[in-house]
Amino acid sequence: MVQTKHYRVLTAKVGLDGHDRGVKVVSRALRDAGVEVIYAGLRQTPEMVVEAGIQEDVDAIGVSLHSGAHMTLIPRILELLKERNASDIVVFGGGIIPKDDADELKKMGVVEIFGPGTSLQTIIDFVNSGFKAR
Amino acid sequence: MSLAGALLAGDVRALARAISLAEDRDPQATELVAELQPQTGKAYLVGLTGSPGTGKSTLADALVKVIRDRGQTVGVIAVDPSSPFTGGAVLGDRIRMSRHTLDKGVFIRSMGARGHLGGLAAATREAIHLLDAYGRDVILVETVGVGQSELEISTICDTIALVVMPESGDAVQTIKAGILEIADVFIVNKMDLGGAEKTRRLIQDALALGPKQPWSPPIVLASAAKEESIDKVWDAILAHRAFLEKSGALAERRQQRLKQEVVAIVAERAREDARRSLEGDTPVARRLRENRNGKLNPYALAQELLRERGLEGGY
Amino acid sequence: MAVRRKTAYEEWATRYRAGKRAPKESATTISGVPIEPLYTPEDLADWNYNEKLGFPGEFPYTRGVYPSMYRGQLWTIRQFAGYGTAAETNRRYKFLLSQGQAGLSVAFDMPTLMGYDSDDALSQGEVGHCGVAIDSLEDMETLFDGIRLDEITTSMTINSPAAILYAMYIAVGEKEGLSASQLGGTLQNDILKEYIAQKEYIFPPEPSMRLVVDTIVFAARNMPRWNAVSISGYHIREAGSTAIQELAFTLADGMAYVEASIKAGLKVDEFAPRLSFFFDSHIDFFEEIAKFRAARRLWARLMREKYGAKDPKSWMLRFHTQTAGVSLTRQQVENNISRTAYEAMAAVLGGTNSLHTNSMDEVLALPTERAAQIALRTQQVLAHETGVANTIDPLAGSYFIERLTDEMERGAQQYFDQIDEQGGVLRCIENGFFQREIADAAFEFERKLEANERIIVGVNAYQEGEGAPVPTLRIGPETEAAQVSRVKALKARRDNTSVHNRLDELKTVARGTDNLMPPLLNCVRAYVTEGEIMAALKEVFGVYREPILF
Repeated sequence: MVQTKHYRVLTAKVGLDGHDRGVKVVSRALRDAGVEVIYAGLRQTPEMVVEAGIQEDVDAIGVSLHSGAHMTLIPRILELLKERNASDIVVFGGGIIPKDDADELKKMGVVEIFGPGTSLQTIIDFVNSGFKAR
Repeated sequence: MSLAGALLAGDVRALARAISLAEDRDPQATELVAELQPQTGKAYLVGLTGSPGTGKSTLADALVKVIRDRGQTVGVIAVDPSSPFTGGAVLGDRIRMSRHTLDKGVFIRSMGARGHLGGLAAATREAIHLLDAYGRDVILVETVGVGQSELEISTICDTIALVVMPESGDAVQTIKAGILEIADVFIVNKMDLGGAEKTRRLIQDALALGPKQPWSPPIVLASAAKEESIDKVWDAILAHRAFLEKSGALAERRQQRLKQEVVAIVAERAREDARRSLEGDTPVARRLRENRNGKLNPYALAQELLRERGLEGGY
Repeated sequence: MAVRRKTAYEEWATRYRAGKRAPKESATTISGVPIEPLYTPEDLADWNYNEKLGFPGEFPYTRGVYPSMYRGQLWTIRQFAGYGTAAETNRRYKFLLSQGQAGLSVAFDMPTLMGYDSDDALSQGEVGHCGVAIDSLEDMETLFDGIRLDEITTSMTINSPAAILYAMYIAVGEKEGLSASQLGGTLQNDILKEYIAQKEYIFPPEPSMRLVVDTIVFAARNMPRWNAVSISGYHIREAGSTAIQELAFTLADGMAYVEASIKAGLKVDEFAPRLSFFFDSHIDFFEEIAKFRAARRLWARLMREKYGAKDPKSWMLRFHTQTAGVSLTRQQVENNISRTAYEAMAAVLGGTNSLHTNSMDEVLALPTERAAQIALRTQQVLAHETGVANTIDPLAGSYFIERLTDEMERGAQQYFDQIDEQGGVLRCIENGFFQREIADAAFEFERKLEANERIIVGVNAYQEGEGAPVPTLRIGPETEAAQVSRVKALKARRDNTSVHNRLDELKTVARGTDNLMPPLLNCVRAYVTEGEIMAALKEVFGVYREPILF
């Protein structure tokens, strides 16, 4: 059998806000770059995102937030992944996240935060690099 | 603990990793499936097929609820098309089953077809074996649903449910294309749209024209979005299961399935072998590379490869 | 053979193409509408002033809904604000009022928008972050403490739970000794756009429409100064639609509300005068101006011809505008001040009735006081220094603007036809028609940006010049903790038997067809919380599941 490799990424909106323009555009762009994207949708809790990520055996989880709740919800995702021995799943984020918070999240283990105005190519390069920090 | 051991012990991650190995066509996957073979054969396999837009995912979600309410565990394999150019895909079935994410009795896996034709992914069979070994009572397989070409599902599942919707030209196409013969249960979804009765009659008439079968496929009207008559849909599927078991047809089907699977495995190996031969350092490959204006005869080349493998005959 | 003499236009066209640098091949608006290099009287050959424009305050209102427009009264400066607890927002409101803002606009936090109390598990991490947390009448009283509701007008940006916050506002007025009829303001309450764009839906479409119609009826009968719905295009645009889509989908939603209200037994002139609208003002300057003018003209014609409205007030499309959040950049945030200024000018040249200007830092967080002040000053400079308010609809008669206005109207009409063909707005929502159009437009925009076919300063051009990071507003965890204690204390303190009874009465009415406002008012007066009311209604109405479309 010829071995093939496809990156699998779970994208989701975590928390209560419904601004899905960005996550949908990014999901499409990742698909166009050869990624299998599982878009988990709106109003996902950290528990749901982690469970889905594990069942789908994704390489990375990308979450988008615009509600200001990122300092509660993203660390919770990292915590849950750790509990499930799944910290090898890369976590990256986007949305309305100020720089200080982005820096702190990176210290906690989030690999990248892509703020508004990030080019799609940057995100694609990130995936193709094997999800390495810039 | 080995991957197989962890899977049998109920570790979700182990199951998920095993499915990935199958998707990546990793040789470890076949070893794993072979090792787990004795633990399979318990799950009941239901295939959901139908054109895009008929509401298969929403129906799958509603069926999962009914299955869970009746106390059984379920595994869902949802296949979506992959882009032939980039290889990527947006796998959009899980999102419709969001409410089941945290239910330990439900495992959902989205798969890209990855260039495989026939409506499923190459790894679907292995994934089914793995979910079976894992202990799922029911396995729901949702196909790509490109219209009239998802016949592969009929070689894999025990009960095939065809989903149509009213006012879709495809209710008529269905009748033309022969999908009629493989469906064990017909579901007219989105019955709230009107025209559902007419669609039911169209299907009934077409079935009447065909050869008499021991099983008369029921035609159930339902609305997955409104969660109406989903119990009836599942009951119809269970009725087919009961029929298969009582008549002995289930054993027959599974025997057929085993044969199909062997053929599929051999075919995949043969395909890869041929490709490797044509790209490697073989005499055939060299002749192919030297030939720039396509004058070589593919039949003759194929004959040569088969002869090298000790397989004569064919053309 | 005689050679025809070139026309003046052809002369110019030759010189245009023959310059040292070839002119740009083509240009389009941000929405993709092609723009010619030059417009001339030829472009308005069949154009008739009386038919297309008329006079301000007169059908078809293209030039403005009032005869005097800004010469009589400037647009209302209405800055959207809210964060943290009601006490903190109350302070910000008093500040804004003291700085010259004339009307209040309330931003609620996500739990409030989604119908959860601050102590709900799903509210964790979200309390007070993108608006003010309102759990009960007690919070509402604090929000308006020291502010006379008969001296201001208030706009409340809330949708699924709108009727509840409406009831709370009325109850606050009662505490100040005011009758409902003395209160003036607007409720966003536009549930259709939630299904289409903002996704803050909770109940399925039918019961949601029933709630909206109940508020329209209640306002029509009891509150002559109140706009029960602010039919919104802003969110549709922010989700990625083109200007024409924003225009078309918004007016289509408007028509759906008109039809639902008529079906509920109201005569069109009983409620239509109090329907209001809310649009985006994006960065493509002229397209926005044309869009606003086309909106007024389209709505006037629809109301008079399609719905037979007789009262001229029913024909008037009054609207609030917010400058485009989605045009703000994270890179070199100070540039957002100019963007907002241009967008504000477009809104004013388009005849908006009220305006919110974004703060430069909103791409990072909620605005700091200083950033909010600059946004406010932007409008004041526009109003008092630039002179654009000195004459009504100054761009009328421009060959370009009138052509573009016609183009917007034509494009919208095409969408109306498509929507009709598919069976109306609700059917299109079910089919995902709007969502697909928007997602496609959003992706197309992003593609153009990636390909540098569209330039955004600081993002894909002129990237040098990143200033020092601007301070951003922080909402600390103390806010959530404080609010959670507050609501828990309230629930312990109040008369819970009364709460239980009011909720039962509410459910009974919800199962029937009577207007929901009276039982809602009774609930809020008894200090039933928003979350409790929403839970009760969810029991009766169920919840909506989105048809996912990509």
